[in-house]
Amino acid sequence: MSWLLPVPVVVPLLAAALNTALDHVSPKWLHSVITLGGIGTAFGFSIAILVESMSSEPLHWFGGWEPRSGVSIGIAFAVDPIAGGAAVMVCALTLAALVYSLTFIDSEKRSYDVLMATVCAAVCGFVFSADLFNIFVWLELVGVAGYALTGFDIQRVRALHGALNFAIVNTVGGYFVLLGIALLYARTGALNLAQIGRTLSGEPATAAVIVAMTLITVGFLCKAAVVPFHFWLPDAYAVAPAPVCLLLAGILTDAGLFGVARVWFTVFDAPFGGEQRLVGDTFLWIGLVTALVGGAMALAQRNLKRVLAYSVVCHIGIIFAGVGMLSTMGLAGAALTVVAHGFVTGGLFLLAGILVVRPRVPWLAPVWLIGAVALVGPPYVGSYIGHSLIDDAAVELHRHWPQPLLWLAGTLAGAALIREGIRAFVRDEHDDDELEEHRDANVPLLATVATVLVVLGCATSLVPGLVQRAAAGADRFRDRAGYADRVLHGEPMKTTPHLPVTLHHSTTTTIAYAIGSLVLAVGIGVGGRRRLRILQPAAAALRAVHAGAVGDYVMWIVVGTAVIGGAWAIALR
Amino acid sequence: MSVLPYLVAAWICVVGLYGVVTSKHLVHLALCLTVTQSSTYVLLLAIGYVEGGGPPVFKGVKLGTTAVDPVVQALTLTDIVVSLTVLALILALALDVHKRAETMDPDEIAEIAS
Repeated sequence: MSWLLPVPVVVPLLAAALNTALDHVSPKWLHSVITLGGIGTAFGFSIAILVESMSSEPLHWFGGWEPRSGVSIGIAFAVDPIAGGAAVMVCALTLAALVYSLTFIDSEKRSYDVLMATVCAAVCGFVFSADLFNIFVWLELVGVAGYALTGFDIQRVRALHGALNFAIVNTVGGYFVLLGIALLYARTGALNLAQIGRTLSGEPATAAVIVAMTLITVGFLCKAAVVPFHFWLPDAYAVAPAPVCLLLAGILTDAGLFGVARVWFTVFDAPFGGEQRLVGDTFLWIGLVTALVGGAMALAQRNLKRVLAYSVVCHIGIIFAGVGMLSTMGLAGAALTVVAHGFVTGGLFLLAGILVVRPRVPWLAPVWLIGAVALVGPPYVGSYIGHSLIDDAAVELHRHWPQPLLWLAGTLAGAALIREGIRAFVRDEHDDDELEEHRDANVPLLATVATVLVVLGCATSLVPGLVQRAAAGADRFRDRAGYADRVLHGEPMKTTPHLPVTLHHSTTTTIAYAIGSLVLAVGIGVGGRRRLRILQPAAAALRAVHAGAVGDYVMWIVVGTAVIGGAWAIALR
Repeated sequence: MSVLPYLVAAWICVVGLYGVVTSKHLVHLALCLTVTQSSTYVLLLAIGYVEGGGPPVFKGVKLGTTAVDPVVQALTLTDIVVSLTVLALILALALDVHKRAETMDPDEIAEIAS
């Protein structure tokens, strides 16, 4: 079945190439047909790959360069359930974005379709790839298409500014990843993830490996918008067109965290497996700070898309904290939070986009409020299941302090969303700088796409059997030795027992946190703006730091790298 | 094994980042990104270098001749292509900003955009 694997990557790229070739000689509807056909095919094949990956590890060596006696020099695609799920998600979100854009983006430029198809192909390549340098190339391709899409509205300085900040910060991150890859190649002579991991597992770690780990992790975290590498995100999300925000929030930013987890569990787990608690705690602390900063800044915003942007930062923090548990439950919780959060936040971004073309739509207020509540995560709605698994993972590590902080952060972001949603949908107060009422868009179509996404996101917690399959997928993701056996030796997977199809049972503490968060979020959201005198200096300082100069953002990257690198260098020697 | 190429790579990276942080002109900023990128080239090529090795051409050459590592050269070429695309995009965005805002200073653009 290995021929299946390149399809979700090749077909959208072919559609993009065909669109570029036919650029001036064919009508616009043909371009939409080609792109929708390409992404639809990719979607179908990615579902087939996901189903296949549950029972075996589909493996494709490009050019037939198979490994000989456990040594590989070719480039491979190797898919496990979490990667398969990510590919399905990106294809689904791209389809939704394209359907939405049919009537929302009325520019004559074909480049929009080309860029969307490129993003879909590149994310599929990113999650499938088993070669570290190949992952870097897909990362850069995702980046370039993302920067161009963010700055698509070139008439407005704000859009260009957001795209420039996005581009410069992520490019610096990409260079850090490349420096780390170079150091790993110097140490091991291999670029295949499984091969590097196997080579590093023999001996104790050297300083070069610690530096490589710092650089690669920081590079991916720049893409993932984790504090202090997150400053580009609000600038970019506030100005990108709504369907582009759907893709960015839904899967592109989470891809950075996928990269960190993938490289840790296949490569760095080998030399540092003994100190994994230290590395995991670094991730956990960074995730907590990110979640709280995101939640706090969300409350300080008035622009709907900026509130959503900071809510994304908050949830990235929660997901990263889940990854930082470095356990099956933590990874499964992070994956399910990505799914629920991606669909719901994507739907909310699409709703915010509708406000640009039709400012008075009070009948969409219930959809927005349901989405905002789903992000807070009351029992069995939306991101509840992900948060519940992360809580279970924390309890497994005998920790009880991350849970209330993560729930609090989610509450703050949810409260901000509820408050601004009431302002925008119910009371019809808008910042007028984005209104373009003259555009004749098919609002029922836009509303349908947005509602479908929000409902799908809310339903994530209610799918029976999803938790068990996510946990099985997370187990395979973490299994470094098994991954190396399957990729380098082609060994078949051990047969897994049949997984039950039941709803997950969460602990009473989690249910209590969830209900408490819902009450608090609704209370703050409906209560409106109150200025707490004591918090003013901190709020002003936080807001000043997030002011838009890109030189400051890069300075934060350097400082963050130095702090993380210094801490790891001292503690991991 | 000489440490000099690695020190040079580290210095170029830091100098490039310093340029990005203190830049007052978007084109200067884009070129400082190119400087940072050059540090990755120096590092990759230094890693692949073999003392006394010839170019990695193996046709018609005696078995056992030392040659430098061709893989890092391929990585460098890929890196050049990828970064060229990003640089072109950043310069195009900078030109558009100049058309709309009449300035190329990142701080002033941040002021206008907020």
